Amino acid sequence: MKLDSKIPDGHISEKWTNHKNNLKLVAPNNRPKIDIIIVGTGLAGASAAASFAEMGYNVKAFCYQDSPRRAHSIAAQGGINAAKNYQNDGDSIYRLFYDTIKGGDYRAREANVHRLAEVSGNIIDQCVAQGVPFAREYGGMLDNRSFGGTQVQRTFYAAGQTGQQLLLGAYSALNRQIGLGRVEMYNRHEMLELVKVDGKARGIIARNLITGEIERHSAHAVIVATGGYGNVYFLSTNAMGSNVTAAWKIHRQGALFANPAYVQIHPTCIPVHGTNQSKLTLMSESLRNSGRIWVPKKKEDAEAIRAGKLKPVQIAEGDRDYFLERRYPAFGNLVPRDVASRAAKERCDAGFGIEANDTNEGVYLDFSTEIQNKGKQAAYAKGNHNPSAAEITALGKQWLEEKYGNLFTMYQKITDENPYETPMKIYPAVHYTMGGVWVDYNLQSTIPGCFVAGEANFSDHGANRLGASALMQGLADGYFVLPYTVSNYLADDIRTGKISTDLPEFVEAENRVKDQINSFINNKGTKSVDHFHKRLGNIMWNKVGMGRNENGLTEAISEIAALKEEFYKNVYVPGSNDELNPELEKALRVADFIELGQLMAMDALQRKESCGGHFREEYQDSEGETLRDDVNFSFVGAWEYQGSDINKEVLHKEDLKYDFIKIAARNYK
Amino acid sequence: MASKKNININLKIWRQKNAKAKGSMETYKLDNVSTDSSFLEMLDQLNEELINKQIEPVAFDHDCREGICGMCSLYINGRAHGPDTGITTCQLHMRMFNDGDTIFVEPWRSKAFPVIKDLVVDRTSFERIQQAGGFVSVNTSGNTIDANATPVPKHDADKAFEAAACIGCGACVATCKNGSAMLFVGAKVSQFALLPQGKVEATQRVLNMVRQMDEEGFGNCTNTGACEIECPKGISLENIARMNREFLKASLK
Ligand SMILES: Cc1cc2nc3c(=O)[nH]c(=O)nc-3n(C[C@H](O)[C@H](O)[C@H](O)COP(=O)(O)OP(=O)(O)OC[C@H]3O[C@@H](n4cnc5c(N)ncnc54)[C@H](O)[C@@H]3O)c2cc1C
Ligand code: SF4
Ligand code: FES
Repeated sequence: MKLDSKIPDGHISEKWTNHKNNLKLVAPNNRPKIDIIIVGTGLAGASAAASFAEMGYNVKAFCYQDSPRRAHSIAAQGGINAAKNYQNDGDSIYRLFYDTIKGGDYRAREANVHRLAEVSGNIIDQCVAQGVPFAREYGGMLDNRSFGGTQVQRTFYAAGQTGQQLLLGAYSALNRQIGLGRVEMYNRHEMLELVKVDGKARGIIARNLITGEIERHSAHAVIVATGGYGNVYFLSTNAMGSNVTAAWKIHRQGALFANPAYVQIHPTCIPVHGTNQSKLTLMSESLRNSGRIWVPKKKEDAEAIRAGKLKPVQIAEGDRDYFLERRYPAFGNLVPRDVASRAAKERCDAGFGIEANDTNEGVYLDFSTEIQNKGKQAAYAKGNHNPSAAEITALGKQWLEEKYGNLFTMYQKITDENPYETPMKIYPAVHYTMGGVWVDYNLQSTIPGCFVAGEANFSDHGANRLGASALMQGLADGYFVLPYTVSNYLADDIRTGKISTDLPEFVEAENRVKDQINSFINNKGTKSVDHFHKRLGNIMWNKVGMGRNENGLTEAISEIAALKEEFYKNVYVPGSNDELNPELEKALRVADFIELGQLMAMDALQRKESCGGHFREEYQDSEGETLRDDVNFSFVGAWEYQGSDINKEVLHKEDLKYDFIKIAARNYK
Repeated sequence: MASKKNININLKIWRQKNAKAKGSMETYKLDNVSTDSSFLEMLDQLNEELINKQIEPVAFDHDCREGICGMCSLYINGRAHGPDTGITTCQLHMRMFNDGDTIFVEPWRSKAFPVIKDLVVDRTSFERIQQAGGFVSVNTSGNTIDANATPVPKHDADKAFEAAACIGCGACVATCKNGSAMLFVGAKVSQFALLPQGKVEATQRVLNMVRQMDEEGFGNCTNTGACEIECPKGISLENIARMNREFLKASLK
């Protein structure tokens, strides 16, 4: 198989415009003859569904929650980037493009990233027109803040609930179309199989999660926008239902899976509390604008803190190691996520971690300096040029509350500690997956008619994702890319007519699904699905986690293969298939996570370099920074399925060319 | 620092096979619950034990587990989202309970939210209200004007945001003795009423949403204010007043 990325010719700044001018169109009167299925209604799927319905296509949209409004996109806290240069600090499309490529450690596709930067401004316009209540300045203009990996303020936000507000915006656009009868919404439905007819994607098999009914749905094109696969680690910041099933099912049908090893570990999550933990909670990265990250300089102090004998506020300024500011003076606490995460791990591995959990992993995120600075500023602004220490502190805390109140409350509810009084405890956790289904410039997978958008595809982030760029990508794909590229594909389908769900391909696909479900229900095992999921997560975190090495990865591959065997032999799924059955839902998802996990380890093993979120311990420089190998590994690694023995998957390489950006070592010093 | 300890509890949980079946309260004893666990993690622990005994686990709704998706529900000891205020069930932690406590767990109770199974209810009536008008009718074609061409006073934007923070959980309905959805609908109407973008369709929006709300079988608001107290996102009664004003204005037109 030859990978054709279909990147248009021409100068980078003209590729998308030229491409759009050359794409085929479907005339308005022909669009009602065409059906489109969209699986997933997070930012990417909801925006796509609304856009296609607006254009006049028949849209069927699916999600597993009871409402599209609950998609995992809702949880995004920090913000969304756009090259508007409203702050006049030198931002531009080129700079956003450059930062994103550099942030991705030169492992993203140039043309895609430039397109993303180009449409970013339009996303904000669209959202504001929909009534998304972004934060404003007193003059009524939009406010911005900055995020890791950049030196400009280009992030638009709505308190700590940006994803929520953006999703509600897309959801309202979707609702409008549902109300108008142009979108049929199938909530509490899960896609369990793709149906191919003559090699093209022509429909899906979905399970009605309430009745257990297996349904056939046909369409002229299928768009998969089902989010990321971070839950392969069991513990992550992802919603509990996030899964890889739709993406994995199309992989099994011939869509290549690209860069599965690229996983983003987010530096600012609440540390693990115990063995019953079900998921990890993110503290928005925007907090790094105001917080300083440190651990004690002396090991004794760290030990005393863990033993509860010393409080962080009792550690003198000189005895604190602000390790990010020390190692990366230019970016300080705002280095990209992979850099910040590894630096925290390095300190904890060296014995300076402050959390009293099994692994002693945790560092401080301290707001006391900010409280003093902002408190003084606020007092002065009020004309009080001689404020008392108490006044300053009170005003500073008030400032923090306005900016991050909901995050601080969330932290306190979970940990029972007051972050206004004592530094937050944070540690890296699995957060976002840069890998995903391989797509070309049109966001089409290697299966004709099967498109993939948002976090589910691999396309825009390279080996690391900068903050506030996933939301941007989801909405860019849904509002501004797919409407053009999918129409181009559909232009050949105006005479096809309705696709019958009685075709043998539908019957076969349905039978595959039913067989899998029945085998789980009838399995006479003894262990719960979570039991296996947790074990998989353990292998993944320890051996395919923040640091990877050849030995660990080799072990992981065979351990996962063994786990798979045991899973099928010994899993117990209670209940029946014709009712709401959350255990069955989990079993179907974990089955796919197990295969994916093995592929992730294989991908990590073949990539003998360190880049972004992929840190191979054998490839680092004397200061512990990543050592990339641009000569041998400047490619997208895309895997082809060869039957359920994952070891047999074949690696295809898409070479990455940088014609408009000079590749350099990533340096945040 | 939070004291780490384990407690033993008794659970009385509503079990109901499906919408048509008759439900009943079942009793379960659960030992060694870490007070650092969330309420849902406690239920996970219970379910793990049930599965090990080959008993069907308790179905409950949840997804984000960080208080933002609005999926989790539960009436706990007679209160929506349990004894703590300003939070969802997934944010409720077991440190709110004592060793030996008996905890009652029930689904949302409201005619407009029929039970699907155990603790899971059907909240799609909320969806239909939104579909009746909870939006600005702007095309998704991307041909909009520059965002900063429509300045919004900070105060209005902040107020609109506060209203928009509703997570659609349904606690307000579940807790209201009349089963009224006024807080939920009021929040949505308010968000758009406060923003210039929403003004154009204000009349139609409020009329349509209120009509749909009535059709779904939600009760009337008698201003008891229970909804505001139990709302995890602090949505204020002010929004109901604003919706009433908008409705009156629209009806007079
Ligand atoms: C806590 C947190 C904070 C974040 N903060 C930021 C931030 O500040 N800025 C930023 O840019 N990004 C942030 N991100 C990342 C960003 O939110 C996500 O990458 C993005 O929202 C993903 O959107 P999506 O549309 O691709 O997928 P999702 O929003 O995950 O949607 C997936 C959809 O697919 C459906 N689905 C899944 N599987 C199936 C199936 N088999 N059948 C049917 N339906 C299915 C789901 O129901 C859902 O509708 C954050 C992520 C998290 C977890
Ligand atoms: S108003 Fe409050 S209680 Fe009601 S649905 Fe919204 S967030 Fe939940
Ligand atoms: S699970 Fe999302 S709000 Fe509780």
